Parts: sequence; structure tokens; C-alpha cells
Amino acid sequence: MTNSIEMNKRPRRRNDVVFPIVNTCILILLMFVTLYPVINTLAYSFNDGTDALKGGISLWPRVFSLQSYRSILQDPAVYQAAWISASKTVLITLLNLFWTGMLAYALARREYVLRKLITTMLVLTMYINAGLIPNYLLITKTLHLSKSYWVYIIPTMFSCFNMIVIRTYIVGLPDALVESARIDGAGDIRVYWQIIFPLCTPVLATVALFVAVGSWNSWFDTHLYCASKKNLLTLQYLLKMKLATTQASANAGKATAEALANSNSTKTTPVTIRCAITVISTIPILVVYPFLQKYFVTGMALGSVKG
Amino acid sequence: MTEYTQGVKLRTGKRKGFFRQLAGQWQLALMSVPMFLYVLLFNYVPMWGWINAFKDYGNRKLVARGITPYNGLANFKWLFSRPDFYQAIRNTLAMSVINLVFGTVSAILLAILLNEVRNRGFKRTVQTVTYLPHFLSMVIVVAMAQNIFATNGPINALLTGVGLAKTPIFWLGEGKYFWWLVGVINVWKEVGWGTIIYISAMTSIDPSLYEAAAIDGAGRFHRIMHVTLPGIRSTFIILLIMNIGHLMEAGFEIQYLLGNGLVASYSRTIDIFVLEYGIQQMDMGVATAAGMFKSVVAIILLVSANFIAKRLGEDTLV
Repeated sequence: MTNSIEMNKRPRRRNDVVFPIVNTCILILLMFVTLYPVINTLAYSFNDGTDALKGGISLWPRVFSLQSYRSILQDPAVYQAAWISASKTVLITLLNLFWTGMLAYALARREYVLRKLITTMLVLTMYINAGLIPNYLLITKTLHLSKSYWVYIIPTMFSCFNMIVIRTYIVGLPDALVESARIDGAGDIRVYWQIIFPLCTPVLATVALFVAVGSWNSWFDTHLYCASKKNLLTLQYLLKMKLATTQASANAGKATAEALANSNSTKTTPVTIRCAITVISTIPILVVYPFLQKYFVTGMALGSVKG
Repeated sequence: MTEYTQGVKLRTGKRKGFFRQLAGQWQLALMSVPMFLYVLLFNYVPMWGWINAFKDYGNRKLVARGITPYNGLANFKWLFSRPDFYQAIRNTLAMSVINLVFGTVSAILLAILLNEVRNRGFKRTVQTVTYLPHFLSMVIVVAMAQNIFATNGPINALLTGVGLAKTPIFWLGEGKYFWWLVGVINVWKEVGWGTIIYISAMTSIDPSLYEAAAIDGAGRFHRIMHVTLPGIRSTFIILLIMNIGHLMEAGFEIQYLLGNGLVASYSRTIDIFVLEYGIQQMDMGVATAAGMFKSVVAIILLVSANFIAKRLGEDTLV
């Protein structure tokens, strides 16, 4: 936008030289601040446990050790939790895409008689919420879903925000696509799956990312409904339990930490274990994220304007 | 497939009965009604549970036998006689206002800075890095925060190093820091993500406005003030309305995970209050009443913000 032609038209100001440099410095600093906690956690996770309690580890482990990872990877509970986390994430994502995509298509068709009613009722859910207790009662007392794998799947099959993102995208596609297919005799279900669905790849990838991340990151459903079922715990919940145990040492500060350090001979401590689980449960997100980034920016911008 | 050609004709003005139209659109109905019923079940049916706000769950023996008599507004009266409920309201509002102000200001500032970057590769890198924390779960973020803000952690090392603090500060254990800690962590997590919508608003500003301003002698600062900021005004207003509707949602995960006994009087939000009374102490009546109070206030806030924006002649949500 500020191109060279414009630069020639007016006298160069000192501002034009200084500002970009300052701006670049600020943004580099910001990236550093953003990444610092991540790298710091990584450094802790690869550090010797007892040594880590002294603190002061910054961007690189002080006494390198794989002990934390070794002890985690020997724990069958971690594998079970990883399996639960991964399988529910995949299942929820597929179910969401299947239903939300079709719903968005139907609500994007202007001639659909139920369009107004359904859209209004769905959008209202973004602002009005029955609240924690009524939902809890529905899931435990009415539907008897607690302590079951399905409590992860069934209550989270729909999000209005995602529907709006997809619908906005579909509305932006040329009308002629649908009209001509219909004149050729295709019904709406066929039009959607054969014509619209393949064209929606970018927006569906965005929504898949949102849903998958949301599901992978959730821990409160486990906490409320499945905390007593050892075989239904998720990775995030294991980490949450570690937070609670390390809370004690964080609270009491140094004294406890040193007491722990002296008493501990196994070379791992709750802190390094916590950091190692953090790293393990972050990896899937770090792997998927860069591939989907080019999609979600457009998807977000589209959806939030409408939302 | 005559029904579709008829569907097209409809728009030219020919009216038919609702049910005949719907029958003609059975495929659209098949695609949308199951999910609609699902939403009714999971979002609207639970509202029936608000009836618990008017019931007495106080008598354990009766509750165990499934008897919960109606007690009118007793639960609400009890709530408003409790100092810890007012405390929960105060904490919720304090943290959501801090989040709203700092979140919005930081996102707009970063969007402006990014908008001034000419090097596309650099801009993309900054975006990729700053969007990342949005995708991390609150559990992970709190786990990281416990390292960063530990008494022997890097923040304290920095502060004592440059002499701003004589002894390490106990960030996680003192109530007076809690709200600001939550604010800082939320900004760290969401600032990049928050820029997306502002940047997309900025890219739709007509570039000739910048050129005209430059010809008239406006420097970079004046172009930002008089072209960029007015260009994102309507986006800002819409987001503000939405956020005001969510003022009663200070978040719940971060307070629950980061809070501890030492800071409870600052970390307890309405949601945590509901959780403690409802799930831990099984007093569904009081907890539902608190939750219902929250929902009703949220609706009032949303409607009034929307109304004010309409009066000011701005774009509105509804």
C-alpha cells in the first residue's frame, strides 16, 4: 500500500526510516515473549528432575536427562489416555463435519422454508445458555451419559459458530452451481455432496481444526463426568491432575521444593513430569497447526464478521 | 424433480402452503432437522432445569428420597445475603473487564503494527507464532505459567536481576496479583488470534485513502489515526457488543486451574461458585439460581449494548 511511487512524491521523513526498524524490533520481541514459555517448558522437560527444582532454567536444559519422558512412556495410563484423547478427537471431528456441513448448506438455501426459524434458534444458543447445572442434570440424570465414552462425543457434535463459518462460505459460492445442478435433476443431498462439499475444502479444514483442537484440549468434561473412570481419562486430564499435585510446591515455595529435592532419588520430580506431559500433549497441535494455518485465517475472518 | 423447479418459481411470487413447500424440500429438511432437534435437546431442553432454582435442595434426607419442594425465591434471597456471592460477581466482572480492555487494546495495537509491515514473509512468521497460543489448552497454558511465574522462575529472575524487586515475588500465591495474572495470560494466549478480524477489516480499507492522506502531508501516525482506526470502527463496535454480552463470562478454566486456596477470594468467579455449590456440595437449587442470575444478566447486557449501538447509528448484532 505505501509503495515506492508514494514515497517519491513527498519528502522522506525521519519517521519512515525509524518506524519500520522499531516496529520490527517490537514484533521480534513479541515473538520471543510468545515462544519463551513453550521453549522454557521444553527445556524443563529435558532437564534432570532434582536439578530442575533449583529453578533458573531458561531456554536450554542445565543437566540433560530423558528420565521424565522415560518414566511417562512406561506408564500404561498415559497410553490409554492418549488413545482416548485421539479417538474421541477423530470421531468428534468427523461427526461435526458431517452434520454441520449439511446443516450449513440447508441454511444457506434462501428458498428453504425452515431457514429463518432454525437459524434464529441456533444463533440464540451463542448467547443464551442454560448453564452448568441444568446441562449437568441433563447429561447425568436424563441421558445417563456419565462414566461413559459417549459423554465425550454426544454433547459436542455441534457448534453454531462453525456452522456460520461454513454457511458464509457456501453463500459466497456462485448460485449458478446449485441452480444448474438442480435443473439437471439433482436433489439437494446430491448437490451438496457432489458439488458443494468438494468446493468447501478450505472452510471445512478450518472447522476441522477448530473442532479437533477443542476436543483435544477439553478436560472439564472428564473432570465432571469421568474422573472416577481410570480408563476414560484423557491426556489433558492427566496433565490437570499433575497441576494439582505441583500446586502444593508452587504454593509453599522454595522450602518444600528443596525438601522434595532432598527426599527424591528417582531423578524425576512432579515439575519435570508435568513439563514432559505438557510437551507430549502439545505435539499433536504443533504438528497439525502449520498445515491448516493458510485455511483458518480466511475462515475466521469470514465467520466472525457474520457471527 | 419438479419440486425444485417449483422451488425456483417461488421466488417469482407464486405462494403455496407451508407444508406443501416443506414436502417439496424434504431433502433440505433431512439435512437440517436432525441437527436442529439435537440443538433443541442440548441447548433448549436444559433450560427446563432452571426450575431447580425455585426448589429446596437443603434437606439431604428429602433430596435422597427424590423430594425437592418448591421454595419460591428463597434460593435467590439466600444468594443475595451471601458475601461470597457478591465476591464472585466482583471477581467475574473485574476479570472480564480486564480481559476485555487489555484484550481489545492489545489486539488492535498488534494489528496496526502488523498492518505496517511490508515484508510478507516476516508478517506471516509473526502471525504464525502469535496465533499459536490460541490453540493450546488452558491446562497447558497454566502448566507453563506455573513455570514462568514460579518464585524461582524467569519473571522473578528478571525482576530481581534489573533491581525492580528485592526478593522474588510470590505471583501465584497472592490474591492481589491474581486478576492481573489472568489478564496477562489471556493477552499472551489470545492477542495474535484477536488480530485476525482487525487485520481483515484493515485490508478492506480503500488504499486510495492512504494515498490521499499521504499527498495531503499526513505522516504515518496521522494515517493510522485518521484512516486505519476509522476503518476498523464498525468491526470494533460489533465485537464490543458481543463482548459486553459475554461480560458475565470471565472464563472459568483459567481461574479454576490457576487458582488455589491462597487466592480463592480473588479467583472465585460465578462459574466456580456454581460448580462448588452445585457439583461439590450438591445444592442444585442455589447453584442453578446463581447460574440463572448470570444468564439473565448476560441477556440484559447484550440487549442493552445492542440498543445503545443502534441509537448511536452503528451496525448492530441483531
